[in-house]
Amino acid sequence: MKRILVGIKRVVDYNVRIRVKPDGSGVVTDGVKMSINPFDEIALEEAIRIKEKGGAEAKEMEIVVVTIGPPDTQQQLRTALAMGADRALLVESATPIEALDAAKVFLKIIEKEQPFLVILGKQAIDDDNNQTGQMLAALWNRPQATFASKVELNGDKASVTREVDAGLETLEVDLPAVVTTDLRLNEPRYVKLPDIMKAKKKPLETLALTALGVAPRQRVKAVKFEPPPQRQKGVMVKSAQELAEALKKKGLVA
Amino acid sequence: MSKVLIVAEHDGAHLNASTAKCVTCAHAIPGAEITIAVCASDASAVAAQAAKLQHVSKVLKVENAANAHALAAVIAPQIAAIAAPYSHVFGPSTTFGKDLMPRIAALLDTAQISDVMAAESATRFRRPIYAGNSIVTVEVEAGTQVVATVRTASFEAAVEGGTAAVEAASVSATLPTHTRFVSVSAAKSDRPDLQTAKRVISGGRALGSAENFKLLYSLADKLGAAVGASRAAVDAGYAANDLQVGQTGKIIAPELYIAIGISGAIQHLTGIKDAKTIVAINKDAEAPIFEVADYGLVGDLFTIIPELEKLLSK
Repeated sequence: MKRILVGIKRVVDYNVRIRVKPDGSGVVTDGVKMSINPFDEIALEEAIRIKEKGGAEAKEMEIVVVTIGPPDTQQQLRTALAMGADRALLVESATPIEALDAAKVFLKIIEKEQPFLVILGKQAIDDDNNQTGQMLAALWNRPQATFASKVELNGDKASVTREVDAGLETLEVDLPAVVTTDLRLNEPRYVKLPDIMKAKKKPLETLALTALGVAPRQRVKAVKFEPPPQRQKGVMVKSAQELAEALKKKGLVA
Repeated sequence: MSKVLIVAEHDGAHLNASTAKCVTCAHAIPGAEITIAVCASDASAVAAQAAKLQHVSKVLKVENAANAHALAAVIAPQIAAIAAPYSHVFGPSTTFGKDLMPRIAALLDTAQISDVMAAESATRFRRPIYAGNSIVTVEVEAGTQVVATVRTASFEAAVEGGTAAVEAASVSATLPTHTRFVSVSAAKSDRPDLQTAKRVISGGRALGSAENFKLLYSLADKLGAAVGASRAAVDAGYAANDLQVGQTGKIIAPELYIAIGISGAIQHLTGIKDAKTIVAINKDAEAPIFEVADYGLVGDLFTIIPELEKLLSK
């Protein structure tokens, strides 16, 4: 069976205002809304669209969604199944693991599932690392097409347009490959109630991290969390004239 | 002693300013000896520019026909092959470095520290998380090889004045052919580069159309400024993706940032935190952009832009 593997991460919801704990030991995550990392939702949406476009072949295509996290992450996997994933895998880890170890976990899953395509979000909006997809591609010794804004499959190849500093870059990669998503790849669908009911019957398997033979290590230790420095509140001006004078006075313009 | 290898970003002819910023970050590590690696098909011109940067002691030319385009899958094994003597491997936190450096880190079986905004020692760094809503200080054990991307907005570019030796590196690495460059569509522009410009004028959704967005260009040209955009303006098709400023776009640090019709979502503010002076022009007096602006002006941007154009010059 042709398979697409999609990685998702449970993160503090996009709309939550982040607060740093007063003792500097972390950010407040107790009792805040948790969601699928937005870039990972885009990854899943892309997989679903590829499957939908597949026609007759689509019946033979399977989308497997994988996450690494605490047991509660099942909620996000159910949402992913409701969106359209066929099967879910939860690799249980009570504590967060580093990107390199996450890549090692994904590699183990890949060895078992043999996907022709792996789609991940380009970064998680909590640690903003932007590493896992590239690390996975390196360990797997396969192509990476990061920051994708367009993905076109063509037999055993894919053409991927990437958002880069210079503009848009197009790469051709042999499959299997790792794609990481940028914001404009697609707009994820909303989950409908009947799909939530259906998702309850879809398979969700739980695996222990140790059962995969990956022993996570803490290589980078967070010693202190601080709120960012606040900018001084400025002044309001009344007109373009007043603004122009203020900027000239500061020597910022002529 | 710390030995830092910096992977140069360039377009085949010119060294990108992000590399000189990596040098400044590396130089903050006490006693660091800095080497720059230039991966190219012909590295001579770029290597000569890198050799002039202060604090750089050596420039390595890593030449291979396969390096004509910066493909992470091709460059990573070459850098990994020469990385053994170095305690640190740095690259810029641009799309070039973000794509490449984690691939290098994985080949070296080490972690990466992304978006370093300060190197407090050889083993202790500060970086932003949660779209800059928290700054975390991280530490690695002494003796750990550190791969990092450098948040370019946090550092001044190293100035010229150095005379580093240029050497050709001999690299033995098997290079993959599974990834091929097809094309890059870069909007040609005579305006200053968004990431290094001293002045930037950005527009948001309130501009209303791609046509209206062009109003910014004439003001920008008057000021010699680069043009940026909010995510909303890019999503709406008013501006190209490479103009996006923010958490997932470009992080910039101009002397003057003028935000026009941008409400100031936290993800956008992340991209402009290091701007020296922020000006906000918006018709909504409650827009969050005013909380970070040094100068705020509430009003109709379609009247204000032409007024400013008359009043201001370079």
